[in-house]
Amino acid sequence: MGSGRLDQILLGRSAAALYWMSRYVERAENMARLAEVGYRISLMPRASEGHRDEWRSTLQSCGCEQSYVAQYGEIAGSKVIQHLLFDESNPGSIRSSISTARNNARAVRTALTRDVWEALNTTWNDLSRVRPDEIETFRLPGFLEWVRQRSMLFRGAMVSTMLRKDTFFFSQLGTFIERADSTARIMDVKYYLLLPDSVSVGGETDIQQWAQILRSVSAKRAYRWLYRDSGHTPFRIAEFLMLREEMPRSLLFCYRRVTEALDGLYENYGERRPCHEAAAAIAAELAGNDMSLIFRSGLHEYLGRFMQQNNALSIRIAADYNFP
Amino acid sequence: MTKGIVDEMTLPDGNIRGHYAEVATWLNGLSRADLVRNQKEAEAIFRRSGITFAVYGGVETNERLIPFDIIPRLFAATEWRRLAAGIEQRVRALNAFIHDVYHRQEILRAKRIPAQLVLQNEAFVPEMIGVNPPRNVYAHVIGIDIVRVGECDYFVLEDNCRTPSGVSYMLEGREAMMFLFPELFAKHRVAPIENYPDMLQKTLTSVAPPTADEPTLAVLTPGIYNSAYYEHAFLADEMGVELCEGSDLFVEDGWCYMRTTQAPKRVDVIYRRIDDAFLDPLTFRAESSLGVPGLFDVYRAGRVNLVNAPGTGIADDKSIYAYMPEIIEFYTGERPMLSNVPTWRCSDADDLGYVLQHLPELVVKEVHGSGGYGMLVGPSSTRAQIAEFRKKLEASPAKYIAQPTLNLSTAPTLTPNGVAPRHVDLRPFVLTGDRVRITKGGFTRVALKKGSLVVNSSQGGGTKDTWVLED
Repeated sequence: MGSGRLDQILLGRSAAALYWMSRYVERAENMARLAEVGYRISLMPRASEGHRDEWRSTLQSCGCEQSYVAQYGEIAGSKVIQHLLFDESNPGSIRSSISTARNNARAVRTALTRDVWEALNTTWNDLSRVRPDEIETFRLPGFLEWVRQRSMLFRGAMVSTMLRKDTFFFSQLGTFIERADSTARIMDVKYYLLLPDSVSVGGETDIQQWAQILRSVSAKRAYRWLYRDSGHTPFRIAEFLMLREEMPRSLLFCYRRVTEALDGLYENYGERRPCHEAAAAIAAELAGNDMSLIFRSGLHEYLGRFMQQNNALSIRIAADYNFP
Repeated sequence: MTKGIVDEMTLPDGNIRGHYAEVATWLNGLSRADLVRNQKEAEAIFRRSGITFAVYGGVETNERLIPFDIIPRLFAATEWRRLAAGIEQRVRALNAFIHDVYHRQEILRAKRIPAQLVLQNEAFVPEMIGVNPPRNVYAHVIGIDIVRVGECDYFVLEDNCRTPSGVSYMLEGREAMMFLFPELFAKHRVAPIENYPDMLQKTLTSVAPPTADEPTLAVLTPGIYNSAYYEHAFLADEMGVELCEGSDLFVEDGWCYMRTTQAPKRVDVIYRRIDDAFLDPLTFRAESSLGVPGLFDVYRAGRVNLVNAPGTGIADDKSIYAYMPEIIEFYTGERPMLSNVPTWRCSDADDLGYVLQHLPELVVKEVHGSGGYGMLVGPSSTRAQIAEFRKKLEASPAKYIAQPTLNLSTAPTLTPNGVAPRHVDLRPFVLTGDRVRITKGGFTRVALKKGSLVVNSSQGGGTKDTWVLED
């Protein structure tokens, strides 16, 4: 990273805003991906009951099941899409996430490059002009792709225009802590499909489902590259999403970036804080782990513990750097 | 062209004023389509960079663009020099007046202003009595609203001595113009204004407490929902200083600090863009969460400076305004160079009687209002509106002042029906610290509706780039 000690100060509130700005952009992108998978499954020729289960697990994956049920009750595809994409009462909807991200960006306008600000501000501007009823049906895939692209533009602007110093590092922390949470959550909702026993099931449906899990992290092709001819096996998919360092949405990859960003803060500030130790421990645990060990101790339990630790790290970082 | 109204570009005989010659030629060479296209492009620039303005009082508070008109408003060099001299005289008098009312109150003893008008004024802050800010400067940043009503006749409408805004629109407007019309700049010698943030920084540094060797500056904002938030962020960014909210600052052991990702950092000068009442819940409004508890004590002890000082509102109060000619003479010993608009104070029975009889021809404003909210412009109001306003006025006359309707000058402006004259005013920004610094330019506001005299952005006014030409 090589940025050395900084003379300038950064307000605790600004650090928090950078962190949450990136978390919410990442959240919007993940939501777009999950909604796309849900939508694709709903197009598959199958019993409507099955669709409802799919939408339910989509809602679970993004932690929106409760808010949905409270508002709409019965699960129906078009309402789920409305809730995930546009409901302002749902803090995790794409509209809310982009709006929260932009509010945070406004609060640290001075710490952002023009490119980063404009990437996000334009997204917000354009999104505020999108009417939900235009999107619901045939334009949905195009819209979700647009959300993903805007998020990538934002990240690209971040990576290619921001100075490598504390402002950048706090933003990176937000991106990768959110992404790790999202990947773990997607896996956890479908963990039963990933258990080694389900190999014996191995039917058409399961293979479809596995493919959808990979799709929800944009990794269908990447998986093929890595595992070539070996086909989908739950064991490999789980390993791919958790422990493969090459995979940019895997838990280990995210934690490599988290520790890198924290190292950057150490170089800037000349001081390690408790969060450094916590992050290093999580990263080391992932790096030294083995999928068979994880399965033996229980995948669901493992993922649950990981999400807890990930969240605890977020809280630790906030305390260590005086987030309000 | 309306009779009796000065146009900035065209003389009464129809000839173009010398300093507008190039602009007139340029306008003639542009088709309607060109104008509209350029106008759209300017708007796109503003929208992309997020220069928005929150408008209050509507169904919902949302972000809007202040309409920007692409036809600049020009000042000839000599015209500007005269204006600048009048402005400097005025801000010196304003600061001397504020110092006096919080110290020996000579002007009250001399009975040049009724004492109760100052001492019982809501804008008078008794906590400021005896406080000595660095260099005795109180109103470091003033935006003076000036209108032109005759060839050489400039009137000051208001002295905004609290936390005037608009400077970021002035600067971004210039950026947009230079991007869109470089060829037009090439044909003029337009005085630069981009040094404003630099001038502001020099001014702030020059009024740092003597305890600060290398003063740390900060901009204090109420936060992202404030109508001028963009400007707060813009200025902090341009000066390279932190943009703080109240919760980012705290007082400990008699000093004011910022909460950072590392150790607390002492702050020496705060350019605060929150109102007096919200500055410090321990001294002023207790329920305020925007301010910094204990800040005022640190200020009184001379360990931090607040820009502008608390209590400067006494100098731009609309009831004090009527006495500005006396104030200028009292402290400078000179005659005022800029005129004051005759003002009737409705708290006075005779004045009120006159005002009630002449409502259709007067402008009536709230003494403590701003932003063009809650005012009556007689000539452009319906009978029903006037009757309704009359009731409010009779119910609480002391809340109002009245002034004659002024024939504001017009400047060529792009309208849906092509280029047409629209009424304009001007807000130049004046900085006072170790010396007085005046931006060569300002924030020209334009009433976009035909015949309208209300230029406030909250009331649908727009802005123009303001060019001061060099000799």
